[in-house]
Amino acid sequence: MPTYRPGPVTLICATLVALFLLMPLLAVIPVSFTPSRMLAMPSGELSLRHYRALVEDPRWIDGILLSIRIGIVSGVFSTLLALCFSLGVWMFQPRFAALLVGFVLLPMVVPPVVSAITIYFLLTSLSGVVPWFGYDTWLGVAMAHSVMTVPFATVLILVALSQVDRRIDLAARGLGASVWERAMQIIIPNIKFGIVAAALLSFVLSWEEIGVTLFITSVNAITLPRLMWMGLRDNIDPSIAAISVILIMVTVAVLAARRLVEHRQQRRRPTA
Amino acid sequence: MAPLLLFLAVAYLWPFLGVVKWSFTLPEPGLGQYGAVLTDPLVQSVFIRTLRICLIVTLVSVVAAYAITVVWVRGTPTQRMLAEFCILVPFWISVLTRAFGWVALLSNRGLINTWLQSIGFISEPLALVRNELGVIIGMTHFLIPFAVFPLASAMRNLDDRVLLAARGMGASRTRTFWSVFVPMTMSGIIGSALIVFVFALGFFVTPAILGGGRSVMVAELVYLRIFQSPDWGLGSAISVVLVLFVGALMALLFRYVRPRQMV
Repeated sequence: MPTYRPGPVTLICATLVALFLLMPLLAVIPVSFTPSRMLAMPSGELSLRHYRALVEDPRWIDGILLSIRIGIVSGVFSTLLALCFSLGVWMFQPRFAALLVGFVLLPMVVPPVVSAITIYFLLTSLSGVVPWFGYDTWLGVAMAHSVMTVPFATVLILVALSQVDRRIDLAARGLGASVWERAMQIIIPNIKFGIVAAALLSFVLSWEEIGVTLFITSVNAITLPRLMWMGLRDNIDPSIAAISVILIMVTVAVLAARRLVEHRQQRRRPTA
Repeated sequence: MAPLLLFLAVAYLWPFLGVVKWSFTLPEPGLGQYGAVLTDPLVQSVFIRTLRICLIVTLVSVVAAYAITVVWVRGTPTQRMLAEFCILVPFWISVLTRAFGWVALLSNRGLINTWLQSIGFISEPLALVRNELGVIIGMTHFLIPFAVFPLASAMRNLDDRVLLAARGMGASRTRTFWSVFVPMTMSGIIGSALIVFVFALGFFVTPAILGGGRSVMVAELVYLRIFQSPDWGLGSAISVVLVLFVGALMALLFRYVRPRQMV
């Protein structure tokens, strides 16, 4: 069947856009090998000193470990909350469901800087009551990240639920299953991929969250993005190039792996 | 269902009301801060700059996204894969890494200036970053992938036969594109422009890094008012104005695009 393909002009424009999108990602690679202590192109010799700094400098390692810890805690927490909420909406179909979903999605659409001062307000008030949970603590950051990621987790789980056939739930109900049994044995197994995707997305979003983190941390809870921010603002530290190259490599590898898995699944089921 | 609503009510809605309260009570009770938002020349110039940057960024991002989305949705399998790679890799990479990439390219000792100087094209480095140009480049780069998704869904829903019919009846490629393809994806264009504009309004990280403190946008102004020259009342009042503005734009968005079409 003939299809409508883009013409040469479109292809040229798209190539320019593609170059524009990739350019800054490629630019960090040479910078990361510079022997200089400042941001510069390597002239002649290459050096791995900025990669070595990542391994040897405890600040980077601490930042990475902290980001992972916060990512896991907030990812699990926001996925659980999103799961309970979505199951409730799906199973009981309350009135004003659309309004409730809209409320939950607020942190996603409100400008991040507004969410940031909102959470700053919350954590500074909490600091007086429970110091280990307030401003500049890792638990505070994890909670803030949960607020910011929970809308995304909810969207993914609601999309997964919309694919579930309601009749299997009705059948379970007709056979006398309780609400808990329906949720645990019927619905959750059917949306397990959606739940995993929600947890992964929450983790990734928390891992790279900076807008809110910037407002609620100062010296103790320095996550990796916060550390990168400090290196970018003050005087530009080429170690950022090294960590950026590593992050870009990981992203490309994950996307390529996903592509490969999809490709294999498609070959196994040619009709799907 | 209840736990999340409770969590967000306590952790989000209540403190937001607190911020609203600040905007009315700091430093003194009254509407003084809102008066300042409307009359203070500094705040005004920041708002005008923000609107100008957002409009330029929206226009450029949507046009650029349109070109690459056409290839992503309607290209040959190889073209599609390449386009997908170029859209998704930047999409998943942190905003800091991407801003840093632009610093590495555009700064005085960056790739472009070093190269232009070495071939003798310029003697003094060009000021490409730490100004409005740098902010526009960085934000456009960040927002193109977000502009792609609504466009892609509009283009996927378009019936191929309409385009083939136009070609079959003798319309040139250019004419088919401008009189059939573009009008039929208009809902996607409006949706994507509104999304980009709303995102751009509240943007903080990219302007702060690539603007270098010289071209301050609204979000950075809020940050400065909270942390550097403490004026919490004004910072809160600006936030409230920003939320109202974004709310109005979202209402507009939902009138044009049904939420289902956006994913």
